[in-house]
Amino acid sequence: MSQVTMTVNGKEMSSDAEGRTLLSQFLRENLGMTGTHVGCDTSQCGACVVHVDGVAVKSCTMLAMEADGAAVSTIEGQAADDGTLNTLQQAFQDHHGLQCGFCTPGMIMSAADLLKTNPKPSEAEVRHHLEGNICRCTGYHNIVKAIMAASGQDVSSIAAE
Amino acid sequence: MYNFEFEKPSSIADAVAALGDEEATALSGGQTLLPTMKQRLASPTKVVSLLGISEMQGICTGDDGALCIGGATSHADVAAGASAYPGLAALAGGIGDPAVRARGTVGGSLANNDPAACYPAGALASGATIVTNAREIAADDYFQGMFTTALDESEIITEVRFPVPQASNYQKFEQPASRFALVGVFVAKYADGVRVAVTGASEEGVHRWTAAEEALSANFSADAVPAAPGADGMIADLHGTAAYRAHLVAVLTKRAVAAAS
Repeated sequence: MSQVTMTVNGKEMSSDAEGRTLLSQFLRENLGMTGTHVGCDTSQCGACVVHVDGVAVKSCTMLAMEADGAAVSTIEGQAADDGTLNTLQQAFQDHHGLQCGFCTPGMIMSAADLLKTNPKPSEAEVRHHLEGNICRCTGYHNIVKAIMAASGQDVSSIAAE
Repeated sequence: MYNFEFEKPSSIADAVAALGDEEATALSGGQTLLPTMKQRLASPTKVVSLLGISEMQGICTGDDGALCIGGATSHADVAAGASAYPGLAALAGGIGDPAVRARGTVGGSLANNDPAACYPAGALASGATIVTNAREIAADDYFQGMFTTALDESEIITEVRFPVPQASNYQKFEQPASRFALVGVFVAKYADGVRVAVTGASEEGVHRWTAAEEALSANFSADAVPAAPGADGMIADLHGTAAYRAHLVAVLTKRAVAAAS
């Protein structure tokens, strides 16, 4: 066991971790932040996506010790302190971009990663960027629509299919 | 996964020393190693991360014009930064998904030599030089079959040097669940000839398709690509038969040549 310290959503947090402790496990079990979900635990599904030093990673496939000293952003840090959803989260709600909600934290974090580098993505670019995020409810259509709406694009012509 | 001791050295010398312990393994991104350890298919007692070694990060152009990529450079960084070699940048940008590309590294991919990985095809088709802490290895000598390379225990890939071709393209027929190549073909046209490397297809791992190289060196056009290689020795699994993979080798080679021309 050794102490791992990281800045999570702007707050410095520390806890003891084993070598094998995954970042996802560290966030959920050590820090009690269960917004980051573990779906497949094999780096396929993307429910566990968080940002480490500004880059989206699958936290189930990164050791907590690798993130020692890093700045980590999770879904818990996306809304304002008073609970007001950010633009992307609000767009998911407005456009029905979630059903059961299990994949949503990863979807939001992956989408935020895309919009940071590509503020006005095309539909194809959104779909390509979400290759590593699996949703078993929505059929993706409204997720794509929500992300495009959050980027300020007109989505009225993207009809539900 | 079983527990292990974790080290993150900041120099190549310290990493080599740390890897000297029996049952130690190098972690260079971990997008393959960590899932493997979760399955308990690997159970090292010590894991040595190579991502803290700044001299193994980054992309530059060597004196001979070759593109030099640090062993611990991520796929995302190669996709964004290897503009001098667009075929290779495109290969890196097509590996896995964005989150995997942020962690996975060129050295990790080449050291693992998965028979369906993309980088082995790019390195072999480029006639790349694999630079380790101890020596330089030509790509033609480096790949020695599925998951087998010329690397010794505790040897680290510090850099990979890719001679930049006149034209190149990588075509991957993706296995949609894993996003590995069901078959992938990298075609690279150099002044002294064309090199064609195939991944995903053969039970021997990545290999050169010499019949296509000879034909394309004489006439670099999709029409010149020979008939599909024989199905003997091709991988057969639930995703595709040996004959299907052999067929894909020729189809993807044609597409790569057409895209590179």
